[in-house]
Amino acid sequence: MTPMVKAEEVCKSFGALHVLKGITLEVGKGEVMCMVGPSGSGKSTFLRCINHLEVVNAGRLHVDGDLIGYRDGGAKLYEISPRVAAKQRREIGMVFQHFNLFPHRTALGNVIEAPIHVKGVKKAEAVARGEDLLEQVGLADKAHAYPAQLSGGQQQRVAIARALAMNPKLMLFDEPTSALDPELVGEVLAVMKKLASEGMTMVVVTHEMGFAREVANQLVFMDGGIVVESGPPRDVLANPQHERTKAFLSKVL
Amino acid sequence: MTDVDTPPATTPAAIDAVPLRHPWRWVAAVVIIILLALFLYGAATNDAYRWHVFGEYVFNERVLSVGLLNTLQLTIYSMVLAIALGVLLAVMRLSPNPVFKSVSWVYLWIFRGTPVYVQLVFWGLIPTIYANIQLGVPFGPSFFHLNLQALSIPFLLAIVGLALNEAAYMAEIIRAGISSVPEGQLEASTALGMSWGMAMRRTVLPQAMRVIIPPTGNEVISMLKTTSLVTAVPFALDLYGITSREIAAREFEPVPLLLVAAFWYLVVTSILMVGQYYLERYYSRGASRKLTNKQLEVLAKAQGTGAPGGGGEGA
Repeated sequence: MTPMVKAEEVCKSFGALHVLKGITLEVGKGEVMCMVGPSGSGKSTFLRCINHLEVVNAGRLHVDGDLIGYRDGGAKLYEISPRVAAKQRREIGMVFQHFNLFPHRTALGNVIEAPIHVKGVKKAEAVARGEDLLEQVGLADKAHAYPAQLSGGQQQRVAIARALAMNPKLMLFDEPTSALDPELVGEVLAVMKKLASEGMTMVVVTHEMGFAREVANQLVFMDGGIVVESGPPRDVLANPQHERTKAFLSKVL
Repeated sequence: MTDVDTPPATTPAAIDAVPLRHPWRWVAAVVIIILLALFLYGAATNDAYRWHVFGEYVFNERVLSVGLLNTLQLTIYSMVLAIALGVLLAVMRLSPNPVFKSVSWVYLWIFRGTPVYVQLVFWGLIPTIYANIQLGVPFGPSFFHLNLQALSIPFLLAIVGLALNEAAYMAEIIRAGISSVPEGQLEASTALGMSWGMAMRRTVLPQAMRVIIPPTGNEVISMLKTTSLVTAVPFALDLYGITSREIAAREFEPVPLLLVAAFWYLVVTSILMVGQYYLERYYSRGASRKLTNKQLEVLAKAQGTGAPGGGGEGA
């Protein structure tokens, strides 16, 4: 079976700054991978490379067998047009640290925006599905509230519903709970757990070790642009092999 | 401290405090009222204002149906053109395409860098500079031919002149508005599979409107008054041209006719300000976490019926 995400020696630099120095990993279909590590270690950058928000400089990144960002012409790689890149992104949902909801649209408006205008779904159909999704994240009664009237946890749940509305085959979470009050973290993690149990393939950059231990199939510890250690979360968390991992975990656990 | 779980049996009486007094506000108001009264008395009794002439011409048919109408038309047509062109220029300036970027920059450089009066004179001279317009293959056959000098188009030239100048300013206002929208908005739209153009149209521009509207209202009001410069084209049938040139010259009464012009400019400006208020209110929706009256009513009702509150209302 083709893995959902397959990274081979992925490198990314911003000018002289090398952020990713050869990331190789695989995420199988239906699996949840959690990425942890200190800030600046390249976790978020790697996540952004997966849906081509950042352009990979070296190595290959495949999602469900498709090369991301380039067209493989045998001897050479060709840059893809923005239109093709947009098409690739439609199947990859992304949830941001700061939610990035559209403030001028209601919760429901946020959820139905892309299905109607990107996919061309009929409005009535999109609204029905949008209401259904909002109910799944526990916000059926907030459909007509604007983001500014919602708490952080509610906003992030709307953001998850918005990403799910495009029926993605892969969901990327970029520190989804880092900007939330401690008591609101739980409601977002609950939605993510439910999503994982339903078989969604997820790549999650997080500092929530409890979530990683409970939900992830694979835990990746990154530092300085490389994967230091990876494996089943229980093993990595309970019995880290590298000094760097030990030092990091001793601070966050 | 009582137990937080048990609400007090009776709510405490609402506060009825003695309001803070502001004696200096009253003093300032009295001084200003006296000064205003003195000025009005002086204006009413000063013969130079010739109020009977003002009264005679303020609702004059030619002032209204030619002057005011032309001024309004010049304002509306040139503003609509300017906004459309301004959006195009701003989007070009911000687009990833280097050709568009430089074209937009050069346009701004020229049209913002020269006075509007000079530009209007120039547009008036266009029929002299380009007497004939031909459409066809360069150095080859011609399919279409237009003699500009045979046409009488000062009204059109005035609109073009005002609009092209204004577009440069509108482009900067719109660019500032677009830049005020957080980067995450474009990113979220892109991640949902939107193209750059669609993200601009659906996500960024509607949010930029909140920042764009107030200075644009300013520009409309400014344009209303700038139309008085079309005499440079020359076009003389606008409000200022009719009152202060045509009628004032005929009647030898410059002061009351200037007042007529000022009166109507002020009336239109006032109407525009009301319109701006409603536009601003429309585009600020979702910008505040303050609940609308309707939402407050629903929440209050829910509270009254003892429905479970809390749940992170946010407000």
